[in-house]
Amino acid sequence: MTPQEFARRHEQEWQQFEALLNSKKKVANTDFPRLYRQVCAHLALARSRQYPVGLIDRLNEMALGGQQRLYQHQGGLWTACLLYISHGFPTLIRQHARLFWISTLLFYGPLLAIGIAVWREPTLIYSVMPADQVAKFHSMYESGHQHIGYAGEDGSRVMMFGFYVKNNTGIGFQTFAGGVFAGVGSLFYVVYNGISIGAVGGYLIRQGLAENFLSFVVTHSAFELTAIVISGMAGFMLGLALIAPGQRSRRDALVYRGQHAVKLVYGAAGMFFIAAAFEGFWSASTLIPTNAKFAVGGIMWMLVISYFLLAGRGSSREA
Amino acid sequence: MLDSVLAIETPEGVTLSLRLAGLIPRVAAYIIDQLIRFALLFACFMVLSSLREAGIGMALLIGFLLEWWYPVIFEVYGNGATPGKRVQGICVMQVDGLPVSFQSSLVRNLLRFADLLPIGHSLGILSMAKTRNYQRLGDMVAGTVVVWRETARLPTDILEAAAVEPPVKLTPDEQRTLITFVERLKKLNPERQIELSDLMQPLTHAIGAEGLHKLVGMANFLEGNR
Repeated sequence: MTPQEFARRHEQEWQQFEALLNSKKKVANTDFPRLYRQVCAHLALARSRQYPVGLIDRLNEMALGGQQRLYQHQGGLWTACLLYISHGFPTLIRQHARLFWISTLLFYGPLLAIGIAVWREPTLIYSVMPADQVAKFHSMYESGHQHIGYAGEDGSRVMMFGFYVKNNTGIGFQTFAGGVFAGVGSLFYVVYNGISIGAVGGYLIRQGLAENFLSFVVTHSAFELTAIVISGMAGFMLGLALIAPGQRSRRDALVYRGQHAVKLVYGAAGMFFIAAAFEGFWSASTLIPTNAKFAVGGIMWMLVISYFLLAGRGSSREA
Repeated sequence: MLDSVLAIETPEGVTLSLRLAGLIPRVAAYIIDQLIRFALLFACFMVLSSLREAGIGMALLIGFLLEWWYPVIFEVYGNGATPGKRVQGICVMQVDGLPVSFQSSLVRNLLRFADLLPIGHSLGILSMAKTRNYQRLGDMVAGTVVVWRETARLPTDILEAAAVEPPVKLTPDEQRTLITFVERLKKLNPERQIELSDLMQPLTHAIGAEGLHKLVGMANFLEGNR
């Protein structure tokens, strides 16, 4: 059979297929799957018979379009989201509990060590951050402002919320991305954040601003600090793919672990978002009595801990 | 041919080929996207600044969304292409030729941060140069590639001549080479045309003007002009 005869004989089918490809309608209950298999067979034939390259190109393009249409990812985004929150996220954390504890240790270890050191010897803070920044922190947590924890005089809450979302979530994402360098980038961000937070905390408590500072941070820190730990954990997961790829090649291990790690990242992003909402609208308010802040903060910490300990148990469904 | 082609095998047992996009179109697409993002953000700031701090807060939120989610949303819901990529005619795909998944798109765009280091995307560019499929770090972890949306179009406006059937069957690559050579003849002076077509003596069994004429005939045959 000459190529021209081949093309003439199947032209009608091809046009039918192309019409289905270009239509926006669902292709499930049409001739589409059958025609797609036809086109694939034609492409294989045309290749093996070394038909003119133009014909092969056309069939290749049709088959490619068909494959994408047939195997496209199905929706159900909301169900997937809810299932992930109720089951997937806490289960994933527990599955990789060791990484979680390593990340926790790397974050809270420096935080407590530097915190205690600065508390005992406040001048140490100047070896961690410049003096004007220390002064800024000091004034942020002084009494007598409309808001606490924010440098501006008349800072709007929405503005603070926007700032926290952009800044903190960005830090979380960077912490994750740093993992691609065998985990070193993540290590840096986790430890660095631990050190700066610890230093500021130790310094402010020493300066007698403990009540303002602690009541400010207690609520949103339940989400924010945990999210930093989880971002670091995701980064370490990526790094481990390079250090200990197991049975896979390093490249395959990266792809495989990356799919798990990014799930952790969007869990962490959600927590950063919640934290920013609390930080902007609740923590910074001076109208809410300190005791209420401590009570709610305590509840939030318990909520977060029991979520990761308990949620999603007793069900084998995977998100 | 020198085209960089990614061959993927489908469950139907047939091999599809994709043309990988190189550095230049990707950089161009990135610059276009950056300009669009900047313009959007600038417009938001102009409009929202009338709301004072609350407006700035909203603009910061929008800035966050534009920075991290703009590429993800467009790649997942826009057939693998951000506006910049669309202009350039390229798109993102899974390495198996399927549309890019939400997860993979998020991975490759979050890891852009690593590709940016230490300055001006140098790690990403280095990684593209060192990997077979032109993948930057984010692409490698996400398992994605950037390809040309259209498969190669053969030139149709070649010199016309009576069709000559090649004495042997030519592979698709050889066919493509022959057709593009004939298309390029317009840009070559006669001496150079003969010089090059003489190299094809094993195929044409002729040299000089006759060989050249036969080659043009074969290209016409392959294009189906007969």
